[in-house]
Amino acid sequence: MSATSDVMPQPIGQHAAERSVRALDILWLAAVLVAGFGTLAVFGDQMDGYEIGILIGATLSLAAFGWFWRSVRGLTLAVAVLSAIALWRYGAHFGDQLSVGLEALSAVQGKDFFLKFLVSSQSAIMWMSALYVGATFTYFLALLTRAEYIGRIASVLVWSATAFGFTGLMARWRESYLINVDYGHIPVSNLYEVFILFAVITALIYLFYEGRYRTRNLGGFVMLVISAAVAFLLWYTFDRGANQIQPLVPALNSYWMKIHVPANFIGYGAFALAAMVGIAYLIKHKLGGDGENDRLPKLAVLDDLMYKSIALGFGFFTVATILGAMWAAEAWGGYWSWDPKETWALIVWLNYAAWLHLRLTKGWRGTPMAWWAVVGLFVTTFAFLGVNMFLSGLHSYGTL
Amino acid sequence: MAFLGSMNLAITLLVAVALASIIGTVLQQNQAYGDYLMKFGPYWFEVFRALGLYDVYSAPWFLAILGFLVASTSACVIRNTPGMIREMSDYRLHAQEKSLRGMHEHAEWQVPMSVEAAAIEGRRVLSEAGFDLREKRVSEGYLIAGRKGALQRLGYIFTHVAIVIILIGGVLDSRIWLALKEMSGQLKVETRAVPLSQVPPESHVSPDNPGFRGNVNVPEGEKSSVLFLNVRDGYVVQNLPFTIEVKDFRIEHYINGMPKSYESDLVIHDPASPDQPVEQTISVNKPMIYKGHAIYQASFGDGGSRLGMRSWQLRGQPGVGQGIQGAVFQDIPFTLMGERYTLELNDFRLFNINPVQDESGKVEQKNFGPSMVFRMRDAAGQAREYENYMSPVVMEGRPVFISGVREKIGEPMRYLYLPADREGSLDTFMAYFARLHDAERVGSAVQVMLEEINPEAAKLPAASESIRTMVSRFVEGGYDAIGSDLERRVPQEQLQQAFETSMRVLQTVLGRAYVELMEERGVQDFGAADERFLADAVTAINALALYGSPIYLQMTSFEQIQASGLQITKSPGKGVVYFGSVLLTLGVFMLFYLHPRRAWVLVRKEDVGARVLFATTSHRKSIDMQQAAGQLHETLSERLVGARRIESGTTVAQP
Ligand code: HEM
Repeated sequence: MSATSDVMPQPIGQHAAERSVRALDILWLAAVLVAGFGTLAVFGDQMDGYEIGILIGATLSLAAFGWFWRSVRGLTLAVAVLSAIALWRYGAHFGDQLSVGLEALSAVQGKDFFLKFLVSSQSAIMWMSALYVGATFTYFLALLTRAEYIGRIASVLVWSATAFGFTGLMARWRESYLINVDYGHIPVSNLYEVFILFAVITALIYLFYEGRYRTRNLGGFVMLVISAAVAFLLWYTFDRGANQIQPLVPALNSYWMKIHVPANFIGYGAFALAAMVGIAYLIKHKLGGDGENDRLPKLAVLDDLMYKSIALGFGFFTVATILGAMWAAEAWGGYWSWDPKETWALIVWLNYAAWLHLRLTKGWRGTPMAWWAVVGLFVTTFAFLGVNMFLSGLHSYGTL
Repeated sequence: MAFLGSMNLAITLLVAVALASIIGTVLQQNQAYGDYLMKFGPYWFEVFRALGLYDVYSAPWFLAILGFLVASTSACVIRNTPGMIREMSDYRLHAQEKSLRGMHEHAEWQVPMSVEAAAIEGRRVLSEAGFDLREKRVSEGYLIAGRKGALQRLGYIFTHVAIVIILIGGVLDSRIWLALKEMSGQLKVETRAVPLSQVPPESHVSPDNPGFRGNVNVPEGEKSSVLFLNVRDGYVVQNLPFTIEVKDFRIEHYINGMPKSYESDLVIHDPASPDQPVEQTISVNKPMIYKGHAIYQASFGDGGSRLGMRSWQLRGQPGVGQGIQGAVFQDIPFTLMGERYTLELNDFRLFNINPVQDESGKVEQKNFGPSMVFRMRDAAGQAREYENYMSPVVMEGRPVFISGVREKIGEPMRYLYLPADREGSLDTFMAYFARLHDAERVGSAVQVMLEEINPEAAKLPAASESIRTMVSRFVEGGYDAIGSDLERRVPQEQLQQAFETSMRVLQTVLGRAYVELMEERGVQDFGAADERFLADAVTAINALALYGSPIYLQMTSFEQIQASGLQITKSPGKGVVYFGSVLLTLGVFMLFYLHPRRAWVLVRKEDVGARVLFATTSHRKSIDMQQAAGQLHETLSERLVGARRIESGTTVAQP
């Protein structure tokens, strides 16, 4: 696939020419809107203003997302189907009981085939983990053998892993209610849950650029960081039993959380991606830079990808930090308390601001910026993990 | 100005702020100065204090860096804005043919078309590519100038102005107001822990203080019209323009005992409108706003619960109990055997959810019921902390009264288990404990025992005497006391054996004494449970030697009074900061996702057909730009029927 050596970014949605596809586009919009507003029509009366707002927002952004990026549709469908299976199985066992308690739940998860092996949050997460790790090896294999089809397999693995990841979160959402109505919450509230979020979001960002730049040869590098997250997740599950669903501490019981956390993880994911591209850059540079038919994209392209990804991250991280501040203003009475978590978010943000300025106004490129992007990932990781482990503060819930 | 606006300074400042911020995250901020002193020792304590490390984020040097950042950013904006505005409004119609040729990305064709036809193609291609166009006639031809994404410049202005705005807003909400008052000598920080009434006026801040953020704990049913603002190693009192009454405080728990939500019914009594108090319920994440003051449900605690206690003497007249009354936060001095003590009641807890292992070894959350936390301080000022549970908890199948004790805060608690009797009360244990202190009764028990096992010895007073002293050693100092006594009197080689004999004898006497007690109480069915009770009682008495308190406090009744922890803020800068944040978000996305570009098509008449010069540029060089330029160039040359390229700029991607 020497095509990769001089890839050019594809303007999004450019190849949206043929008629059949147009029809699909419409179908997609219709499906999403019907699903979204259908939900609203059915459950609307049980939701408060914010939940309705979030539902509508989610629907519209998903619609737009899939409109511009077709592959998302397949993913959405897969997640929808898998989640439906989970709901169906739980429904089959518990009817429309809202809540049955942990024992009953684990019992059913133990004996129902689908739940046990496929779609209970725990097994879905295990599938996700296995598939991501598998994808990592497959990508590197494709890189070594230059075999296009192996690369394709790798991509499929990542897509499926991501589908399972989202399914796991969906199932977990339902399970939280099954355990205890009071416990019910969107699973973005503790370290375990956000690690899953991190994996799937990073994967999505990568997949987007994979399509855009028409190269699979960066996959291995990006999947490395995801595999690391998976490794942590498994340790956290089996050593600390972190997969147990816990109720929310009062401060977390806020609609801000539902938007603050995902926004944050788009940031983290993008920064992680940039760092891994940076590593690819450094390796290629060490191996003598651009060559005739090399596997990795041209250094200039890697550099550009690094920039795009950090820019994306910076944008969302800015939003996330602002949302966080607004949330803090409501939960703790001040939008900024210099609490370690906040402060480290600021540090991460300033770090990348400096990065962007150097690149943009000083025209720095290449090796130093790649190194910096890699270091940036360590700073980010500390902000996201280290703070909870080593520093005490208001954010002390998320602790290990 | 040039220096302030320089990129190097900017980047240096960004990094500097980041690094400086780290300090406050590794060194816990605004702790009691005593703790720092203990941590760092007198020398470093002083150094760090001088550097303001205990409150880095309001340290002068830190604020100075932030100040520089504002200055630098402003300088930057001021310097760049005019040019950017000018550029945004300009289509570069005055561009010279030479300068277009000079551009990095340009191409030129000879076309067999009329000037008009070529111009039409040029316009179409550019506007299809999303440029908006201006044009002017030039000598025998047209200059078509297009541009797009010009607003990206606005994004730059937004982003950087936003930074300035946010930081200014931040200053408005900072401690600056207190700092000013302090510098002008109007304000003195109070460092003594004294009742509000004794805080001098110069440590009060008047309600017109523009911005503050402080806390106050208000017990249920009580009022407060002040806040406490912690400053360094002390505090100042912030007077409020109104009085807050906490009518009721409620807390809900999850089934596993974690707090689920808590809320307070507040009543605001405002002198400005005395006859219509404002009522509202606040909860976590649902604050109340009153006249620019935001009132938050921040925490909760004890509000001085009333406690009924029974104080069992462990020294003096052991086993004698006496009822006392107290309330949390109250200090109760008392004297026992000439020693002065202070009992400091610190806290009351209604629920105590603890993990316990049941027989099957499986861990489950269990509620131990109410407990009280107190300190016992002796005349020398030494104190130990205790946590006593009100009702007996079943441990390994038998009910015990639990009392935790620790010498220092932060140490793990060591636990004392006093066995509860058949009625679930302490009486039997205390009666037994008292009995073992009663020389006469012990003496008779010893006699009876000696008669049974060794009538000879029973005749010698010395024998029974020594056994009696052994028993009293035990009740005073536990097994250790006996051990160390033997070590003094018995040669090494016989020690082991002597100890074992003593233990056997001791156990028999203790058992004997217990049986007599049971008989006195008219217990017939003396069974396994009582055996275990005895064993537990003896273990407990042995442990009591290390308990350290002269009394055992048993909570007998309580009336819980909770306090609602309120945080009240007045933040004039909030709106400013939020506005800045919106601006920042807009700006950043405009900067990243608008791609500024300019393109020109210059059409000139030739003897046959026309000559078309195409050029495009952007102040943001990037691969996307190049590629877009390439596509533009490609489409144009397709549209220009029969075009023959004269030459083209090196970097334009060749179709
Ligand atoms: C916390 C402070 C600052 C933040 C968050 C910030 C943020 C940004 C961002 C996000 C960009 C866009 C980068 C890109 O598009 O790749 C940018 C560009 C820029 N910044 Fe800043 N900036 C800050 C301070 C400063 C300061 C102090 C200066 C003055 C020296 C400055 C000068 C510039 C310039 C000249 C550009 C390039 C604009 C362009 O060419 O489009 N920035 N800044």
